[in-house]
Amino acid sequence: MQVNVRYFASLREALGPQEPVVLPAGSTVGQLRALLQDRSPAHAERLDRDRAVRAALNQQMCDETAVLTDGAEVAFFPPVTGG
Amino acid sequence: MLTAPQTPLPRAPSRVAIQAADFDLSAEVAALRAGDDGVGAVASFIGTVRDHHGAKSAEAGKSGQAGEVSAMELEHYPGMTESAIEAMIDEAARRFDIRAARVVHRVGRLLPGEQIVLVLVTSAHRGAAFQACEFLMDYLKTQAPFWKKETTPAGARWVDARASDDAALARWGITSSNA
Repeated sequence: MQVNVRYFASLREALGPQEPVVLPAGSTVGQLRALLQDRSPAHAERLDRDRAVRAALNQQMCDETAVLTDGAEVAFFPPVTGG
Repeated sequence: MLTAPQTPLPRAPSRVAIQAADFDLSAEVAALRAGDDGVGAVASFIGTVRDHHGAKSAEAGKSGQAGEVSAMELEHYPGMTESAIEAMIDEAARRFDIRAARVVHRVGRLLPGEQIVLVLVTSAHRGAAFQACEFLMDYLKTQAPFWKKETTPAGARWVDARASDDAALARWGITSSNA
């Protein structure tokens, strides 16, 4: 299956606004994050386990156990700082 | 209504606006109250761009300068930001006896002193309006996808999330691990 990954704020600056990712059906957000880390040194650094990275699945905040479906929109971004 | 305007005005304002333009508190209050005789209280909160963030940094300490933020850039997640705030207003309406609520949040480039965010709540009695206004702001700080980037003499930097904002939301019984 394929999902569209979007990045915001510092992650967008480092990795670009979005990229398609093909991965096994039933994968989780956490598995996607791990897979993305292999894409480039910048990915490895920005999506490292030690970094505070938030995720959203189809525009809803989620945790890394969330299960992906084909065509899903997944976003990774730093902790939010609005208001 | 006795007279119909030439161009229909949005009599029931949308509950969420994400916009580059500034907002006018009086106009927003008037629009939210319009046509609702049951309103007995209006509470509002406005957040503005501070100019003293740099004074706390190590660099500012060395240079002895305060007022280091020359501009701020606000980014959001179009679509998700709006729906996340809509859900927050739904939750506020479940928890508090309010009549209406509206949130306006600016994005793009903002200068020190400019308005960033408006939370507006109407209710029959003041308690619900005060509480819902604070609740919405606490919720927004940790759960709405916005990101601030400050421009300082030392360069641009993304603002760090604060654990105290998670603690503020925890007062309402909502666990947040944003920061």
